[in-house]
Amino acid sequence: MDRKMSPETRSALEKLADWFRARSIWMLHYCTGCGAVELPPSMTSRFDMERFGIGPMATPRQADVLLITGYLATKTLRRVIYTYEQMQTPKYVIGFGSCTINGGIYYDSYNVITRLDLYLPVDIYIAGCMPRPEAILTAFNKLREMIEKGEANGWKRYEENKEWYRANQLKALNGEVYVTR
Amino acid sequence: MKILESAAVIITGIVFGLFLLGVQRKLVARVQRRYGPPIWQQFIDVAKLFSKSSISHGFVFDMGVMMALGGTIATLLFVPIGKLQVLSMSGDFIVVVYLMAVASLGMAMSAVNSGNPNASIGVMRALTQMFGYELPYLMVMMGMMFAYRTSSILGMAQVQQGGILNWNLFRVPIGAIVVFISMFGISGKKPFDTPIAPAEIASGPMVEYSGKFLGSLTLMHALVIFVDISIFVNVFLGGASNYWFFLLKVLAVFSLMVLISSVIPRFRVEQVVTFSWKWPLFFAVIQSVILVAMGVR
Repeated sequence: MDRKMSPETRSALEKLADWFRARSIWMLHYCTGCGAVELPPSMTSRFDMERFGIGPMATPRQADVLLITGYLATKTLRRVIYTYEQMQTPKYVIGFGSCTINGGIYYDSYNVITRLDLYLPVDIYIAGCMPRPEAILTAFNKLREMIEKGEANGWKRYEENKEWYRANQLKALNGEVYVTR
Repeated sequence: MKILESAAVIITGIVFGLFLLGVQRKLVARVQRRYGPPIWQQFIDVAKLFSKSSISHGFVFDMGVMMALGGTIATLLFVPIGKLQVLSMSGDFIVVVYLMAVASLGMAMSAVNSGNPNASIGVMRALTQMFGYELPYLMVMMGMMFAYRTSSILGMAQVQQGGILNWNLFRVPIGAIVVFISMFGISGKKPFDTPIAPAEIASGPMVEYSGKFLGSLTLMHALVIFVDISIFVNVFLGGASNYWFFLLKVLAVFSLMVLISSVIPRFRVEQVVTFSWKWPLFFAVIQSVILVAMGVR
């Protein structure tokens, strides 16, 4: 898969839109992992994410950032894929904690995926088990810089390499991504 | 000339409404001892929403959003902002109440068309809640129309001229409190925000809106708040002869509402109706009887 960033081809309008997108980041947390416990302190009085324009949203349609907060069992991976595909572009993914990087303490579990990047295009990882609110805020500020420079284009990568991602997803999910039942 | 005035009123409504929402976020943050987002955050949010892709769920879904936004803009044209009023006639208050309902019905229609059960629950809650707060609101307003023999908003503002003590806030104090409580319901503020309960029903009617649709509904929400408080300022706080002074009064009333709503929790949906029909309606009946029997002093 080609991981190179696409060259600077943004129009002036795109640049302006990216300036707005960088300053208003609405997040959707997928909180089955233990990382969710670090989010309330980041959002409330002590660390106050909202001063950067970051806020929680209730549904995938409204959100810009998908936070995968911790390990993903293969069963929850399916739901994460549904959620990600319901989000509207431009959309970003943050892998949260070491479980999304290499499996963390679940590195040898039989039904936990070890590397999130194989299934969904991750824009930025936060290392740690669990990352402190300071690390989360640093990551969000980094994401903000990336969006402003037009480097956070994981969603484009997902569209361009859909077959590659789909093949990985099918391998983890035993042959089908969408279950109609 | 009318076109320029309409443009001025609509731009005032949108810009000042979004500014009010920004003030709200800042004030709530300060109450919670946070720093809070910048005051222009709401403009950035709306611009971002219009820059995103958006998904439609059919023709009625699109049309309902347009109906909601259009209905609110039509309402705004009837509201006097200082000396600036585009459309005026005798009985424009009744037209305003009617048009506000068109806006909520448009949103209800559109949200239900998305087919999401959370949206249906939210719409059901919103319409149930409307029964609660509209009745005391209209009862006080009808009593005042009867007492002053006028049903135009400007007429209502003009009878209060000559000093602060002539304001209806002091002449009709019980009614002012009732209408102030109902305004929390109309603008969806904290004790009355059952329809959009993010933690319970995933923001209710808004659940399927994305991008442009959510942006339009944010504009609609800003306009509804502006119209709602403008009517209160005109009817109870004597209007204003000056454009800027009017906006200042709106800001003051809104800040008071935000400070109250930031420290109280949410009603359950049946508590909304029980509360509204117990206390506000009781005081509204008393106020109307006083108004009809004795007139206004």
